[in-house]
Amino acid sequence: MGELKLRDKPFLTGRAAGPTPLNALGENVLTTTIDKVINWGRSSAIWPALFGLACCAIEMMGAVGPRQDISRFGSELFRASPRQSDLLIVSGRVAIKMVPVIRQVYDQMPEPKWVIAMGACASSAGMFNNYAIVQSVDKIIPVDIYLPGCPPRPEALLDAVIKLQRKIRGEPLVKRSA
Amino acid sequence: MTVNAMAPLVERLGDRFKQALQESSEFRGDLSIVVDPSSIVEVARYLKDEEGFDYLLYATAVDWPARDPRFTIVWEVRSLADKTRIRLKTTATMPDPHVPSLTSVWPASNWHERETWDLLGIKFDGHPDLRRILMPQSWEGFPLRKDYVSFGEPVIFSDQKLEGLEPDAIRG
Amino acid sequence: MPFGPEHEPPTEWMELNMGPHHPSTHGVLRVRLKLDGEIVRDADADIGYLHTGFEKSFEDKTYTQGITFSDRMDYLAPPINNVGFVSAVEKLIGVDVPPRAQAIRVIMMELARVASHELWLGTTGLDLGVYSGFFYAWRDRDLALDLNEAYSGVRMMTSFTRVGGVAWDLPDGWLDQLQRFIDVMPARLDDFESMLTDNPIWHQRLKGVGVISAQDAIEAGVTGPVLRASGVNYDVRKAFPYCGYENYDFDVPVGANGDCYDRYRMRVAEMRQSLRILQQAVDNLPGGPWISADRKVALPPRAELSKSMEAVIHHFRLVSEGFKGPVGDVYAFVESPRGELGFYLVSDGTNKPYRMKVRPPSFCNLQALRKLVQGVLVADVIAIMGSLDFILGDCDR
Repeated sequence: MGELKLRDKPFLTGRAAGPTPLNALGENVLTTTIDKVINWGRSSAIWPALFGLACCAIEMMGAVGPRQDISRFGSELFRASPRQSDLLIVSGRVAIKMVPVIRQVYDQMPEPKWVIAMGACASSAGMFNNYAIVQSVDKIIPVDIYLPGCPPRPEALLDAVIKLQRKIRGEPLVKRSA
Repeated sequence: MTVNAMAPLVERLGDRFKQALQESSEFRGDLSIVVDPSSIVEVARYLKDEEGFDYLLYATAVDWPARDPRFTIVWEVRSLADKTRIRLKTTATMPDPHVPSLTSVWPASNWHERETWDLLGIKFDGHPDLRRILMPQSWEGFPLRKDYVSFGEPVIFSDQKLEGLEPDAIRG
Repeated sequence: MPFGPEHEPPTEWMELNMGPHHPSTHGVLRVRLKLDGEIVRDADADIGYLHTGFEKSFEDKTYTQGITFSDRMDYLAPPINNVGFVSAVEKLIGVDVPPRAQAIRVIMMELARVASHELWLGTTGLDLGVYSGFFYAWRDRDLALDLNEAYSGVRMMTSFTRVGGVAWDLPDGWLDQLQRFIDVMPARLDDFESMLTDNPIWHQRLKGVGVISAQDAIEAGVTGPVLRASGVNYDVRKAFPYCGYENYDFDVPVGANGDCYDRYRMRVAEMRQSLRILQQAVDNLPGGPWISADRKVALPPRAELSKSMEAVIHHFRLVSEGFKGPVGDVYAFVESPRGELGFYLVSDGTNKPYRMKVRPPSFCNLQALRKLVQGVLVADVIAIMGSLDFILGDCDR
């Protein structure tokens, strides 16, 4: 593993990142319908990778627990292998030693893949502005949803998963009242 | 046990290691002794074998850049049977601060001494495996020293411009 | 090719990396195993993947600001970190804590102990194949976290202590909620235990695995239930009582064999003893102030601020600058679910710690891993790591 340089600016995601194979064909009736079906399929069964780093991992486990139950939303199984998972929930503070590991785990995930930066430390280093903690995981991998909290409640993680599902389906993240 | 009961211990230490024992003090019920670096292994062995201090609590160092010697290295040990504690201190100077390792006396100080090397740069002579434990192996510098400036990045507030970051078009 | 031991080809050891991303390493721990077939010959635990620089951060914050940081170290039992941190400062300055505050601290600590051991049981079971145990554990842990939230507003990172006492008094109805928790827990523990204690699979996975003798345990510096399972009767709450623990009647379980099964029995027994302490604390909760009356370290109550100029000045000084400690160094320690958690505080007379060294129980226990896994199978390594109950946030700080 060579020296990993941290970026100054975060990665861009979503439509700001440019065209994907799916919408490169242009908008027409056939691709729009396939688009919708594929996105519905992808969003309904997002399997996260088991990637608990620190305290947020405990609340992530709480989201799996019987009271909150993330499997209601399709995340039935947390896969131990990144090669079999869709979602990387970076739950916890990212130490400088962990940087190449996160990058490798992210690279091992097959497309399409999404990332939730769970907690204040993953989103922006939280309360740790020092030598040991990377100031946000988006310097290493692109992030789709930032979830603040220290740690965020399990319900907040479920909210993040729901917003991610909306993002995958191409809907607005915040539903306006009808 | 109060420190008054430990006064005989300090006397015995003073009798046995006359010049090596530089000072002893008591603060809030904790007994500390400062020992010359060259005799610390002997003092430690005496404490373990003859006074019964068998359980190592921790080993660390404190950086006093304004003082000379700069570093104070601390080991704290407990006697489980007698329920007493003693803090063993010694000193090290710049450049190249080094003290003898106490892993031969208390094997539990292995990782504590590695951590002190990693974060403060104190070499322990005779340590079986002195390498970095918490920072990456290729890290340069010793973070816990007072002259190591610890910063992540400057905080940017919302009224300052951040170029290259347009809000995501999807957000409704 | 003929068979038989004399015809075996020469073998060499394989190095297997149980990487930082692993479901069973309880956090980001990397263990490099040297395997001879399936048998482990040597292991090197590589920590530091969660090093956060807490000790450097403490040097930069006042004593009260540091309390919020201390939660995040051992993140399974944050109230215990809070009490440990504040005990060191109180020992340095010489502040007395009123009895009601001590009782509230004991209640929060024992709740944290139960919650932590429940989670340990759930996740260790998960490693060893007991998938349903995880849900039993979270059912109970959520009750304890609800109590935390009703008291401090946060499920996990309570930060409820202040130097001289606790931050707030107990809310109305909290003690009834706690009583309901105490009433319902013993049956739930029985339920959980009935799944595991006499289970032949559990016995096979844990009995005789990872044995450490009392002498080796003391030499290796292990602490907590691991030390007690090897037969050493040492619990900080009994040996050096703090926060009024001498007033509570409870037993300290001590094991005989020093294997993983005994450590499991230790922790379950400790949970039951914690419930006993909680019941006594609820029954005998003293009244009175919940924080010291010494205005030099504790904020005055808000009602006083509109009446007394002195109170306003004290408030201003404490909030803007904090209080100064004398020059000196102290070591204060508490019993966390993992063992003896100690804080060595060096002060140079200012309002911030000069050096705050944390003695983490997980760091000391993990050191013994190398010795414990020599000669066992890879699956037993998982069982041993589970039984040591380390938390990387505590270990790496």
